[in-house]
This record gives sequence, C-alpha cells and structure tokens, in this order.
Amino acid sequence: MPMIEKNGQKIWQVRDRKAQFIRWAMWFFGTVAFLMAWKVISDGTEWYYVQTAPQAANDIITRAWPPKWGYINKLWGPIWDTVNIATIGTIVSLMLAVPIAFMAARNTTPSMLFVRPLALLVIVASRSVNSLIWALLLVSIVGPGVLAGVVAISIRSIGFCAKLLYEAIEEINETQVEAITATGARPWQVMVYGIVPQIMPSFAGIAVFRWDINIRESTVLGLVGAGGIGLQLNSSLNILSWSQVSLILMVILFAVVISEWVSAKVRGAII
Amino acid sequence: MSTDLDAIVGKPWKKPSFIKNPALRWGLVILAVVYFYFAFTTIDVNWARIYRGLDRGWQFILGFANPDFTSRWSDIYAGFMESVVMTVASTVAGIAISIPIALGAARNIAPLPVYMVCRFIVSISRALNEIIVAIILVKIFGFGPLAGFLTLSFATIGFLSKLLAEEIESMNMVAPEAIQSTGSSWAQWINFGVQPQVMPRLIGLSMYRLDINFRESAVLGLVGAGGIGATLNTAFDRYEFDSVAAILLIIIVTVMSLEYLSGVIRERIK
Repeated sequence: MPMIEKNGQKIWQVRDRKAQFIRWAMWFFGTVAFLMAWKVISDGTEWYYVQTAPQAANDIITRAWPPKWGYINKLWGPIWDTVNIATIGTIVSLMLAVPIAFMAARNTTPSMLFVRPLALLVIVASRSVNSLIWALLLVSIVGPGVLAGVVAISIRSIGFCAKLLYEAIEEINETQVEAITATGARPWQVMVYGIVPQIMPSFAGIAVFRWDINIRESTVLGLVGAGGIGLQLNSSLNILSWSQVSLILMVILFAVVISEWVSAKVRGAII
Repeated sequence: MSTDLDAIVGKPWKKPSFIKNPALRWGLVILAVVYFYFAFTTIDVNWARIYRGLDRGWQFILGFANPDFTSRWSDIYAGFMESVVMTVASTVAGIAISIPIALGAARNIAPLPVYMVCRFIVSISRALNEIIVAIILVKIFGFGPLAGFLTLSFATIGFLSKLLAEEIESMNMVAPEAIQSTGSSWAQWINFGVQPQVMPRLIGLSMYRLDINFRESAVLGLVGAGGIGATLNTAFDRYEFDSVAAILLIIIVTVMSLEYLSGVIRERIK
C-alpha cells in the first residue's frame, strides 16, 4: 500500500510515486498535444468570420423558419430512392459479407495463412473508407444516380457486416458442429445444419442494425451526386433556400427516428 | 407427448424455419418480392455510362497498384496533418464535455430533470448526421478546421455520453454507497465511488472514438470543414486516381494502426 511519512506519521495515498509520476506525465503531454492541435486549428480559422457567427446563425434560423411545407411534394421520389439505396445496399452487402465472414472466421476459414488475411484486409479496407468517399469514387465511375449510392453503401457495409458476422461464427458452440460431422455430413451440410442455425439470430440482428445505419448514411450520399434526398439538400443549399433545407432536415430526422424504431422492434423480436 | 411422437414417426425430418409462424413468413416473403419489383424498376441504370466509366474504374484500380505520393505530397501532408489535429482536439474536447453529460444521463446518480436534459442533448447529437452538422457549421463559422473541430466534438458527445451513461447505470452501487457513508462530498463520491469503476470503459471508448473521429475527419473536407477530405475531393475532381489511391492508402493505414493501438491499450487496461 503506497504511503508517505509526514512528521513521523504514515499517511495513505492512492498511488505510489512512480504511478503518480506516470499519470502526471500523461496528463502533461496530453494537454500539450491538445494545445498544439488547438493552435493549428486557430491558425487555420478566419476569426473575423467567426465573430459574425451569431448573426450568421440568427440569419439562417430566421430564413429557415417556417419550413416550406409545399416542397414536400417534390421530396417523395427522393425519399423512396433513399430507402431503396439503404435497403438494396444492405442486401447486396450481406450477400458479399457472408462468404467473406466465413473466410475470416478462425474456425471456418479454408486457409489461415492466405485466405484469412485477405478477408481481413477486405474488411478493414471497406470499414476505414467512409461511404461518402466510396460514393464520390463510384459517381465518377458509374455516373451520378441511385446506382452509385447502392454500390457505395454496399461496399461500405461489407466490412461492418462481415466483421460482426465472423465474430459470431467464432463464438458458435462447436459441439453441435461436431455432432453433425459425426453423422457423416459433407462440409456444406455441416455448414447448413451445424453453423448457420447458430448464427442466424445474430445475422438478422446485424442486417437490421446495418440497415438502420445505412438509412442515415444514404440521406447524405446525394451531396456528392449519388442519389436520394441528399441531392435535394445539396441543390437547396446551393440556392440558399433555407426554408427548403429545414424541411429536408426534418424529413431526414423523421426517417432516422422511424428506422431506429423499426430496427429496435425487429431486434427485440429476434433476441 | 406420445401423440406428438406418433405424428412425427415415419415422416422425414425437416429443418425448422427461422420464422416459425408460416403466415408471417410467407407474408414477409411476398412483401419483399413486391418491394423489390418496385425498387428495381425505379433504379435507372445507364449501361452506356457505366461502360464508359469502367475505364476510370480500371484506372482507379491501377492507381492502387501504383499510388502517387509525391506529386501532390505537400497538399496531402497539409490535409493529413489538419485531419490529425482536428481528430486530437475534437476527441479531447468531446470527452471533456461528454463526461458531465454522461453523469447527468445516468439515471442512478442524476435526478430526473437533469437526466431528461442530458438525454435530450445525447439524442439530438446522435440523430444528426456529421455531414449535415458540418454543412450548417461551415455556413455559420466559415470554411476551415474550426467547423470540423466543432462537428466532431458535437458528434463525440452523443456517442461517448450514451455509452458511458449506460456503463454508469450498470455499475456496482455498493462501492459508491460505501464512499457516501464516509460522509464524502458529491465530487469525492464521483471521484472515488464511480470513476474507478467506469475508467477502463471510458478509456476504451475514447480510443474507439479517436479512431471514428479520424475516419469522419477524412470526409468533412468534402463540405469545406477542413482535413484530408478536401485534398481527396480535389484529386477526384481532377481524375488523378493515383493521388486518390495514395490518400486512401494513407487513410486505411492510419485507421488500421489506430485500431491496432486502441486494441492494445484496451487489452492492457482490462
């Protein structure tokens, strides 16, 4: 127990000298790093413009309220597109994620040395690049439109779904797999009867969870031209029509709340 | 029991379905088919455009085989440093703000009015997409890293406060009670009763959020909020796919090493 002696009396302390010093040093360097980072941000900022921020915010709010309710009639198509991007994107990504997950899971991978690292690389590459960047790339390849959004969402979701799925596969109960194998089942039969029923609940959970995230992400894909309600958001921002922007933001918030509710309900029913 | 058995005997076994209720199962299947029919008919695929674009796709893949770090290096370096700076500053600021909010959003240590306010802040921050927040903040604060910093800090609050509050709610209440019984002040109670229990989780979440913030900072530049995204956008606009590949590789490697680092740290804290 760390103690110090003061006037011949022992006083209890939380940490000994070394631990205390390490903590102090970590705090010190953390603070220095933060201040240096803040210095760079501060240098890169037009402070004159920031001073006018309250007026700018006030200006935006007064122009954004009330929302232009009539504009909603032009939004039904984009909303439908947004839902399609999220849904079809999720399904395509699941189709691609399942084989990758089986290749990445330690207990089902065909080869620990070659296939597993490759599958993990795909997962990391897909996860580390944001869907907007994928969309930017795909817009320049397949042209602007819903298709670019669908492909961007599905590429982005592969990593997420495959990662959660392969963790689920690694956590299965091996006894059941062994029992199926003992009946003389072929490898694909072991897969279908031994492994798949065990991961089915987590698969459904992952699918719905990712669909919820994809609804959020697909609302902004239009900013780079990949279809959905983001296209309307972008054009409204470009013409500085804040009353349309506020309506679109309300629609997006509503969609997010609905999708979160649906996903919570479905996951509640599964688990 | 025996009648059940009699009914089963002699019939081949069938795999039980995932959704047990047949009406619900077939209903969902039909619904899905109808939905897909309408969904696919509304997606217009311009095959000619894709055919023309395939060349660009191929150039992009070639770019990965031969990434060009040198010709735009000064831009890439400046963008990358700005992203790193935004990530560090916003994570620190976000943590500093989200700890009090997390304490307020935990039902077992906060009174109901405080709880409601803090939960409201958390849900607002979670509901708004980072990009949308960034667009609005860029309009208000002007172009540059300040808007990105504020966006990421705001997004960190929703994430960290929610998960930390859940951790606080599920902690062991015996230790805080013991501290309280010594006649401690509120600050001492939090510091010695609550903080030691949630600290490992807080550090783990902070590392995870650092990782997320870096990833997000890479796209904020697309809407003018600073960071490597601006460089990336410029490279895309010029169709310089070798520079694009270089930037993407830098992002991927950074994210991978951050993920590895956070894994090591979380492992050591456990």
